[in-house]
Amino acid sequence: MQDVGSPANSANREFVAFRVGSQEFCIDIMGVREIRGWTPATPLPHAPTYVRGVINLRGAVLPIVDLAMRFGLGLTEPTPRSVIIVVQVHQQVVGLLVDAVSDILTTSEASMQPTPDVASDLAKNFVKGVYAVEGRMISIVTLESVLPIAAKVAA
Amino acid sequence: MTVDTMAAIRQTFFQECEEQLSEMEVGLLAMDEGNADSETVNAVFRAVHSIKGGAGAFKLTALVQFAHTFETALDFVRSGKLNPTAEVMKPMLRAADVLADLVEASRDGKEIDESSYAAIAADVKALTATEGAEEVEEAIDFQPTVIDFGLPDMAPEPIAAPVHEYRVSFTPRPELYANANEAVLVIRELSRLGQAETTCDASAVPDIDNIDPNGAYLSWTIKLSSEVAIEAVREVFEFVDGEADITIEADGQPEVSDDAIAALLAQALGSAPAAENDQPSNVTNVEEPTPADPVQSGAAASETASPPAQVAEAVKTVAVPAQTTIRVEFDRVDRLINLVGELVINQAMLSQRVIEANFAGSSSVVIGLEELEQLTREIQESVMAIRAQPVKPLFQRMSRIVREVADATSKQVRLKTDGEATEVDKTVVERLAEPLTHMIRNAVDHGIETPEERVAAGKSPEGNVRLSAAHRSGRIVIEISDDGAGINRPKVRASAIKKGLISPDAQLSDSDIDNLLFLPGFSTAATISSISGRGVGMDVVKRSILALGGRISISSRPGLGSTFSMSLPLTLAVLDGMAVSVAGQTLVVPLTAIVETLKPKKGEIHGIGADGRVMAIRNTFVPLIDVGTQLGFRDTPADPERSVAILVETDGGARNALLVDSIQDQRQVVIKSLEANYGTVSGIAAATILGDGRVALILDVDALVTRSFEGQLTAAARYGTEG
Repeated sequence: MQDVGSPANSANREFVAFRVGSQEFCIDIMGVREIRGWTPATPLPHAPTYVRGVINLRGAVLPIVDLAMRFGLGLTEPTPRSVIIVVQVHQQVVGLLVDAVSDILTTSEASMQPTPDVASDLAKNFVKGVYAVEGRMISIVTLESVLPIAAKVAA
Repeated sequence: MTVDTMAAIRQTFFQECEEQLSEMEVGLLAMDEGNADSETVNAVFRAVHSIKGGAGAFKLTALVQFAHTFETALDFVRSGKLNPTAEVMKPMLRAADVLADLVEASRDGKEIDESSYAAIAADVKALTATEGAEEVEEAIDFQPTVIDFGLPDMAPEPIAAPVHEYRVSFTPRPELYANANEAVLVIRELSRLGQAETTCDASAVPDIDNIDPNGAYLSWTIKLSSEVAIEAVREVFEFVDGEADITIEADGQPEVSDDAIAALLAQALGSAPAAENDQPSNVTNVEEPTPADPVQSGAAASETASPPAQVAEAVKTVAVPAQTTIRVEFDRVDRLINLVGELVINQAMLSQRVIEANFAGSSSVVIGLEELEQLTREIQESVMAIRAQPVKPLFQRMSRIVREVADATSKQVRLKTDGEATEVDKTVVERLAEPLTHMIRNAVDHGIETPEERVAAGKSPEGNVRLSAAHRSGRIVIEISDDGAGINRPKVRASAIKKGLISPDAQLSDSDIDNLLFLPGFSTAATISSISGRGVGMDVVKRSILALGGRISISSRPGLGSTFSMSLPLTLAVLDGMAVSVAGQTLVVPLTAIVETLKPKKGEIHGIGADGRVMAIRNTFVPLIDVGTQLGFRDTPADPERSVAILVETDGGARNALLVDSIQDQRQVVIKSLEANYGTVSGIAAATILGDGRVALILDVDALVTRSFEGQLTAAARYGTEG
């Protein structure tokens, strides 16, 4: 995640911004493999509620995490406009179900603000900071934290 | 030279050793069968010689020493001083095992205690010590078996032993020295054949200023008086074939060159034979250039008797181009397999769309699609074939097991193998090794009787174990049969009753009794030996075979022997399954687990306990598992009368009925891992991708059943343990 070699953290980084419910989030573009439309997922038995099931991504079986459910914002009702952001964390490839992708942000590490100190699980567990962009607040999501935990426990 | 390159060379050496060892084993077994033609003996000698040479370069002293002893003995056979009889071949085969052990130990950087193989080394040494080197008439002692090739005058006359005068001129080319051969060794070898008078011609040596240090300037003329045939003289030059100009005149007659024979032979056969077998001496290939069935080709290879040396030599010079191979990482192959799997799914989707779009009228589209389908299928098969390997190395390992167990139990056993060229997925080959070893041990230890017992039963003292492989309807069938005493059914039955596996008044058919062997905790050996019957028995074998998606069965005839037959899928990448619908989802049940499918009728389903249910199937009650509720796809159990029950058998032999909504069809599915991106899911073995591009889950029947027991602590669970 560190831009080693670039001048003192001032280098611009790119983020994919997306909407979950009424809130805006973003993730580092380096972790994003592709963005694709919603296709119905095959439910997995005994999976946590935020795992919507698995889909076929060119021959690989890809679990889908409903980010709204993961963040405790309620189940997403997928529409034709819903989007799956395919992300790779270490060796694991996972699809994140979000309502819409809103933006590609180019910003610097320096302009990141610390997460406001609110008593929310979402803020504490999944967000590592916020950006202020044109009057909007966009929370930066740490990818590691949203991965399906059940998988790791079961494995 | 860096450490890395050294390590790489070392690795190559050991890889080559594997190949040499395998070649040696094939040759030795052929010799043991009585097919000790010069080509075979030479191949074995060359293999051991190469191992020795390479080992010397790496200073593997123990390996070099043993290989040398072994090589010396082989050289005696090669030069005809030692007759490859059964008594000679026994220590030879044991020596081959030791050599393989030494290679392995050297590769892993381990030491093998010399005392552990000293006896065998001594046996092999004794072979060369007792045979007098002067007994030259033994040179012609092994008579080539004459086969009618339909070529007049090609079969050689039995060779008499008059003294021949040979005049050999030997002019090495620089390649000879470049390949680390040595002219003096060849000349020394030649002198051993008889009285030799060697003269060196140094006239070609240039001035010291013009000398090329890598050049070859000397030539020799050797006058040899010997009783050996011209072939034996020519054999001396085998190693330097093509690296030197050699002419051999026998009794003043110039030799017919190899090329001339080759040309004649090619003419006689109409065309140069495209022998695809790696044994150039396999002359049956000349007549049957392309055996379509691998089983047949295996059979043909084993039937090949020793061809007359002359013809063999000639065929060799017609030269089969060496099989070229490349080493490819498995990851790359797997990626290719994945992509082709995708292609197949895509093609299926495309076909479906075309039908939906009502293109049926325009036949050119339909024809084009059919061609595409054909092509994709061919691509898929070819890609799968990359992972396929012949079972030959596996079978070769088994001959060693047979020798060891036969030695330990003082039995005489011969292993015959068939269909070694049959190919199956690499993973299947690897995972077959253990169960196969176990079964081969059993066959020798329990199946074959002692020589005395065999003689008393009117059989030959030497028992036979046959190991065969064949492709049958998209699966590989491996059979292990022995001509031993067969299964002692009264004893098996008594033992099962004593162990409480069956009740004393159980009515069992012969095959029921045979199948008792597969029950956990069953061991028939009257005395527990160290070889088999250490508590792990055929149940472990059965479990490994089932884990590979295979099936195993026994047939046995008292006094005539037993046959174990295994049928396995050719690849672990695809699975035969039954697609079923449960709560709107498609699930795949592995076909190997399914016994039958039933339509539950009124009154066949009985409640037991709070929410346990059993189903009556022909007067037995089996637990009924509602797949939908079990996997959490629905909360209320399905109505059995509007569902279908699938009777499944777990690896442990327990039977359960799985309740599903309906059966879609039976199909072959490509197995996809769930673990890679998610993790293991209880009750689910893996996933697959359907023709419409959606993911379907493959049930893990065993886990589903076990989970069901944990869920319902009712009497139903106890029913499940019967059978």
